[in-house]
Amino acid sequence: MYDVAIIGAGIVGASVARELSRYKLNVCLIEKQNDVSEGSTKANSAIVHAGYDPEVGTDMARLNVRGCYLTEKYTKELDVSYKKIGSLVVAFSPSEMETLKELLDRGNKNGVPDLRIIGREELQKFEPNIGDTALGALYAPSAGIVGPWEFCIALTENAVVNGVKLYLSCEVIDIKKEDDVFTIYSANPSIDPIKTKYIINAAGIYSDVIMGMVGEREFKIKPRKGQYFVLDKSQGPLANHVIFQCPSELGKGILVSPTVHGNLIVGPDAEDNVEREDLSTTKERLEFVKAEAEKSIKGINYRESIRNFAGMRAQSERPDFIIEESKSVKGFINLAGIKSPGLTSAPAIAEDAVEILKNIGVKLEKKEDFNPIRHQTHFMQLTPEEKAKKIKEDPKFGRVICRCETITEGEIVEAIRRPVGAHTVDGIKRRCRPGMGRCQGGFCGPRVLEIIARELHLPLEDVMQDVDDSYILVGETKK
Amino acid sequence: MIEMICIVCPKGCRLSVDQRPDGDILVMGNGCNRGIPYAKKELTNPTRVVTSTVKINGGIHKRLPVKTSTDIPKGLNFAVMKELEKIEVNAPIKVGTVLIKNILDTGADIVATRNM
Amino acid sequence: MKYDLIVIGGGPAGLAAAYEAYKNGIEKILILERDKELGGILNQCIHNGFGVHSFNEELTGPEYATRYIEMLSSTNVEYKLDTMVLSISNGGEVKTVEAINTNEGYLTLDASAIILSMGCRERTRGAIQIPGERPSGIFTAGTAQRYINMEGYMVGKKVVILGSGDIGLIMARRMTLEGAEVKACVELMPYSNGLNRNIVQCLNDYNIPLLLSHTITQIIGKHRLEAVVVSEVDNDKNPIPGTEQTLECDTLLLSVGLIPENEITKNAGIDIDRRTSGPLVNEAMETNVKGIFACGNVVHVHDLVDFVSEEGGKAGRSAAKYIQHLIVEGQEVTEIKNGSRVNYTVPQQIRLENISEAQEFMFRVSNVFKDVNITVRNSEGDLIKKLRRPVVTPGEMEKIKLKKAELEQAKGSLTIALEEVV
Repeated sequence: MYDVAIIGAGIVGASVARELSRYKLNVCLIEKQNDVSEGSTKANSAIVHAGYDPEVGTDMARLNVRGCYLTEKYTKELDVSYKKIGSLVVAFSPSEMETLKELLDRGNKNGVPDLRIIGREELQKFEPNIGDTALGALYAPSAGIVGPWEFCIALTENAVVNGVKLYLSCEVIDIKKEDDVFTIYSANPSIDPIKTKYIINAAGIYSDVIMGMVGEREFKIKPRKGQYFVLDKSQGPLANHVIFQCPSELGKGILVSPTVHGNLIVGPDAEDNVEREDLSTTKERLEFVKAEAEKSIKGINYRESIRNFAGMRAQSERPDFIIEESKSVKGFINLAGIKSPGLTSAPAIAEDAVEILKNIGVKLEKKEDFNPIRHQTHFMQLTPEEKAKKIKEDPKFGRVICRCETITEGEIVEAIRRPVGAHTVDGIKRRCRPGMGRCQGGFCGPRVLEIIARELHLPLEDVMQDVDDSYILVGETKK
Repeated sequence: MIEMICIVCPKGCRLSVDQRPDGDILVMGNGCNRGIPYAKKELTNPTRVVTSTVKINGGIHKRLPVKTSTDIPKGLNFAVMKELEKIEVNAPIKVGTVLIKNILDTGADIVATRNM
Repeated sequence: MKYDLIVIGGGPAGLAAAYEAYKNGIEKILILERDKELGGILNQCIHNGFGVHSFNEELTGPEYATRYIEMLSSTNVEYKLDTMVLSISNGGEVKTVEAINTNEGYLTLDASAIILSMGCRERTRGAIQIPGERPSGIFTAGTAQRYINMEGYMVGKKVVILGSGDIGLIMARRMTLEGAEVKACVELMPYSNGLNRNIVQCLNDYNIPLLLSHTITQIIGKHRLEAVVVSEVDNDKNPIPGTEQTLECDTLLLSVGLIPENEITKNAGIDIDRRTSGPLVNEAMETNVKGIFACGNVVHVHDLVDFVSEEGGKAGRSAAKYIQHLIVEGQEVTEIKNGSRVNYTVPQQIRLENISEAQEFMFRVSNVFKDVNITVRNSEGDLIKKLRRPVVTPGEMEKIKLKKAELEQAKGSLTIALEEVV
């Protein structure tokens, strides 16, 4: 029997898992897909927002600012890519310049450090490629960019190393409560029903569905889709900060930003009335994103685009995050409607979740042996001497598998063998980057597949691209 | 008048082929001599070279590339593929080694196209 | 370790370059190859059509590679396999190459000259932005070719191919022979980029429809590909509403272009030509950095490996001359420009002092044109040379040779263009 079961291993669930793993509790993290970070966590703008955007006095505002600070701290502890490059909200008209003043005021009230408004001259120095109609911007030096799925994976790994049990391929199909115990039933026949005293619902765009399994739905998720371009590293230098346009009712609008690995990301649009499962990109919306982005940064060469994707925001009907114990189901805590700034706020939301558990009677005794540190090998960041030493210790670091990102076999094997290890081609991609580069796995794909098959003793045709049933090979020739 | 592309070499000359009532075949558009016998064959008994792979044990790869040593009747392409499924060779193999002699009685051999 | 010459890439370009450098008297030559064998892309091109010019025979890719590998085995040219070059730097007289492999670890190698022959990579779905879902089952044609021909695995059963260049056509036949159903080859342009012979022996022979002026407008599939939507396009390449058809398939092969692989080149600060995506080269196949040469697909994408070998040979000879201090440092550089309907030329510059008899220029045209003149004009617009062609197409690299006397009329630049026949 678990003390706490967390449903959903996205950035929120993983953050809660790690936070709870500091305490002497029996905790499990339950994930529907065959790997963590497979929902909105792997398909967003990857921005660590400064916190001037949420309304003053909301949980969102408080958690954004606290999360911004914690993200910088935790990414360092967990060896996750993070860069504090600062953000600019650009105004293209006098009325938008007024909006900037509102955001400045809001940001100051929310406790965002070092905010200031800059004029066109300074803006051009910051951003030589800024659009011609830009008049000025709100500069927030505390904003940053992060690797969201890397963060989620690292949090989960650290949680597991500190005692959390992870269930993958464990889609929750029913939850029953009897006396003070929940029983969670999954679609996976090889996983027995999970008994737990408390449930944390961090199921993203399905959080209302999960809520509905155990009681009346206290909120409704209205998914909002956003489509993106990711461009080759040659385009990365076009922007030095996260470049926002002024926000509207639909959200923060289309941004242009370098990514933490040096690519350029452009997007997202905002599209309502979409099916939860529909993550397709469309020509019209991508054209719209392109057109809007042109205002912010001139000269983006879309022939250097390497990927398009769509992500889903878990929008609820409430304006603020839903972070509360269920009104009708005691011991069931909702962390729902976590749209932007969800990624930024996740570490702080986790603290709130722990606080709620404390207030409803969970005994929180800190572990003395909690280890907050996690590390992975980044071969190309080593000096030539360190590289030579590493190859001597393990020759697999002497074989480059991913030409575009220069990733070695040693790093790939490490990504398979570590806790919450990869077992799919995209799992490797998310952990150490082969397939993220300009050839999109064309060169390294077959080699990565072979390494996974070898390490996990699988026939090649049983190695999946990503989710279950995303097979790559169908069988041998000449059978 | 039949239009066809010569496939003897990468040039791919556009041929105009006239099959006379007296049986004679007139070929025009060929860039070299080889186009004429090609056109005639293509009308009467079209042939192709087949390239594929066979299973190999102990080699640097799991498959060894092979080809028919000369062109064979087009209709036998798939039959040749079926025959190739039946054999398995062991490394080392030298380029040019005959792996199947006179496949399906066509007069062509299956030969290795590399060392492995 | 100091070498006279380091060749980066042991495919057809690098092999030819190394061999020619050796034949021209260079002693210490090292080829660095990232794969576990020499031969480059030829090892997976098991079809024939290679060697018609080089050897007067029709060979398969592996046979062609074997010829060069055997030629090299009779020389003292060294090579390291399973070795990835990380960077090169230009130290003036001495060039340094940093590379790693499993046996020797981190290598720092010095050479008097370097030849870049890293080849090219395939354009991907992301680069052409096909909308839709992101299931598995989408491969570039070359990746699928590697799986089938070297690992011995099939990538799918019901196939649609996007792009009718030679790689797409070859894979249409290969998949069919190995038992898959190839439903269509979809081509954006109103003509195919591939060789005519491949249309016949890869599509027509197997009754695979070639859908010209069509493109894929949507990808459907949750886990694995389930279908693609194909639409006809207008003259501006925009999908025509109402012409959509859904083709059920589990595999999509993309043959939508090759891009020279110049990461190392760019990082070394060597000038790249935006028209080719390869380094700017002169008549000696030398980049803008003295002593660093380039040849093969890394300079511009070729159609026939025979011309790759020729270019490699040129680079090898030039590198030999450079190492032996026999290259003349001309003051005058003649620019070679692309004029009307010509996309690019290689080389992009020449030094007349280094040309003894004649210079061959390679170029590609921007569209299919019938009955045109290839013209070369000097900086003042004077006609230097004219060649009539019944047809020119972007899919077939063109060549034109100018004698030294003709080159001397350049007066600073030469423009290669297509002009109407008057």
